[in-house]
Amino acid sequence: MGKVVLVTGVARQLSGRFVRRVQREPEVDRVVAVDAVPPEHDLGDAEFVRADIRQPMIGKVLAQHSVDTVVHLDVSGTPLGSGGRAQAKETNVIGTMQLLGACQKAPTVRRLVVKSTTSVYGSAPRDPAVFTETTPVKSLPSGGFAKDAVEVEGYVRGFARRRPDVAVAVLRFANILGPRADTPLAEFFDLPVLPTVFGYDPRLQFVHEDDVNEVLVVASTEARRGTLNSGTFNIAGDGVLLLSQTARRLGRPTVPVLLPAVTWVGRVLRTAGVTDFSSEQIRLLTHGRVVDTRQMRETLGFRAAYTTAETFHDFARTRPAGLLPPARLSAAVDGVADRVRRADPVR
Amino acid sequence: MTDAKVLPFGDDARRRGSGGGTGARRSRGRERKPGAPAPAQKAESGPQAPLAAVPEDGPGIPAQADGSEPAAAADGPRDEAPAGSGPDASDTSDASGSGPGTSLPAALGAVADRLLGGPWEQKVAAGLSFLRRRVTGDYDVDEFGFDPDLTDQVLLSLLRPMYEGYFRVEVKGIENIPAEGGALVVSNHSGTLPIDALMTQVAVHDHHPAGRHLRLLAADLVFVLPVVNELARKAGHTLACAEDAQLLLERGEVVGVMPEGFKGIGKPFSERYKLQRFGRGGFVATALKTRVPIVPCSVVGAEEIYPMIGNSRTLARILGIPYFPLTPTFPWLGPLGLLPLPTKWTIQFGEPIATDTYPPEAADDPMLVFNLTDQVRETIQHTLYELLVERRSVFF
Repeated sequence: MGKVVLVTGVARQLSGRFVRRVQREPEVDRVVAVDAVPPEHDLGDAEFVRADIRQPMIGKVLAQHSVDTVVHLDVSGTPLGSGGRAQAKETNVIGTMQLLGACQKAPTVRRLVVKSTTSVYGSAPRDPAVFTETTPVKSLPSGGFAKDAVEVEGYVRGFARRRPDVAVAVLRFANILGPRADTPLAEFFDLPVLPTVFGYDPRLQFVHEDDVNEVLVVASTEARRGTLNSGTFNIAGDGVLLLSQTARRLGRPTVPVLLPAVTWVGRVLRTAGVTDFSSEQIRLLTHGRVVDTRQMRETLGFRAAYTTAETFHDFARTRPAGLLPPARLSAAVDGVADRVRRADPVR
Repeated sequence: MTDAKVLPFGDDARRRGSGGGTGARRSRGRERKPGAPAPAQKAESGPQAPLAAVPEDGPGIPAQADGSEPAAAADGPRDEAPAGSGPDASDTSDASGSGPGTSLPAALGAVADRLLGGPWEQKVAAGLSFLRRRVTGDYDVDEFGFDPDLTDQVLLSLLRPMYEGYFRVEVKGIENIPAEGGALVVSNHSGTLPIDALMTQVAVHDHHPAGRHLRLLAADLVFVLPVVNELARKAGHTLACAEDAQLLLERGEVVGVMPEGFKGIGKPFSERYKLQRFGRGGFVATALKTRVPIVPCSVVGAEEIYPMIGNSRTLARILGIPYFPLTPTFPWLGPLGLLPLPTKWTIQFGEPIATDTYPPEAADDPMLVFNLTDQVRETIQHTLYELLVERRSVFF
């Protein structure tokens, strides 16, 4: 008998791709895709159930399809459609509470996979340079998506305590990028001129959309021999890029702004509703964040196909050229080198 | 192939430095004298290191850049002042402007060779390839934000005039740092500003045969300050915490730590060369856990650069810093008071203390940790006294 996988938040691109991908797994029999709004993309053979995870109806869906694996991807920083920040928080926190309550009552559920984020570690100058899964957090995120994620993880831990028979995997993803990315960070990189915080060059880590897909499959299917796929894992590509490096690779000029001004402008923009650029995001772009992925490689047995730099390259490839394309700059430097060589009488 | 040609420059720079006390200006003068062989050397190494092949001979570039002034070639205006070789920048632009094959560029090239102490066009090529990597973002940083390219080419060359010319640092016992694998360098800390840490970093990089980078553990204040935190991260420093130290040591890096912290660097002039308490021995526990040797390091000369005769606690509290130094010149002379006194420095690396003879769980034995901490502290204190007895004067 094959498995029945329930995926939440399928109206998003990322979850939609996972639904299509997980169907191809031989051990998966059926996929039930759940969201409050119908998705615009194709879900393959998956059965779409229009249900709001904030409503108790989700429990009936679980029982009806005798679901044994729940993949909770409806934890996201940006609200789908209108509704703003308040609705995103509702879906993240209340939705998770309802879903976990329903899972607790569903005896068929054997496995739970939850999408989280590395922003649960916060970002402060007094933090160690590299976070492991067990690093105590110095500055708890004060608000925004990061705080939602902290609360979601808290509820998941409570659930794991009450249902020890369920294998629970919490995947803390670094910034997800890729050709189809629509995260706040991707929006930031689309600005013609990148505002940066004066005197800080944060270290950033990215994970590719394809790797997100694959690691979700690893976590939601039976563990391979010698690996363990329950627990909390940091998921990120190898290596690190500095914000200044990303800007140069994108070919976009940067404008350093003093930190108080950045915070102030961010607040004004947020109040005006222009962007949803949270203070959490500003902290990331000030102090940066790097996580240790040893657990991902050794315990979960997953190796990211894309490094941080390759992920960023794949993202930059699909974006329009900036004002200072790297190719043109390097050609200019080569031109100078050429002139120096021609002026050299020996050669 | 090209490495064989390029490496001797780096070797030369190190030998020159380890000769001890030779000022940058003097050593450059020595190179200028044999003016005739320089063009010949250029001619013979010319065809093997073509300009176009610059990205390929990547490993050769850092070695070559160990010379005294790679950044002078990278961007003339920034490095002109410390290098004291003003005309070379204009020379290169002159040469590139004039047509090929004439004798004037040849003459200018020879002049540039003499001024830069080597084939100038190789340095220009290295500088341009560096510039190219920088503007396109095509360089690597590690998880701690360490940027070896920038450190080798710019940051260390900015510190080198201070290291060679101003403080005339003499280095002893560099062979006590292993050529590969992790090691924990434990040093005394003094001088109001952490210049001693930076000089130790230059010493390890320039004198060690493997050109190792010292990864310093810095106080959290460093990472709160804008600009400072950015430069510190790029130079390979990270926050002084057990997690970061352990990760670096596990990766086989040489880690530098000043366990005295603010107590050492901000102590009054009257207590110079008296070691303060060595933290809580966390560095010993980390060394025991990662089983790397502890290399005691004693720095003489840094205590006198800013003689701290007073400490304004009120101002320190207002500014949120651990101490506000009052020296004979600061803050009375304003920015001029920031100029350190030109003392003569000696950095001595002592015999490594092995930790791999203890079982891994020894890190949880507080008695052993305390004993080892005391042993390291005593070693540094005794070496300091010995060096002070040997010292002829503070300034020479």
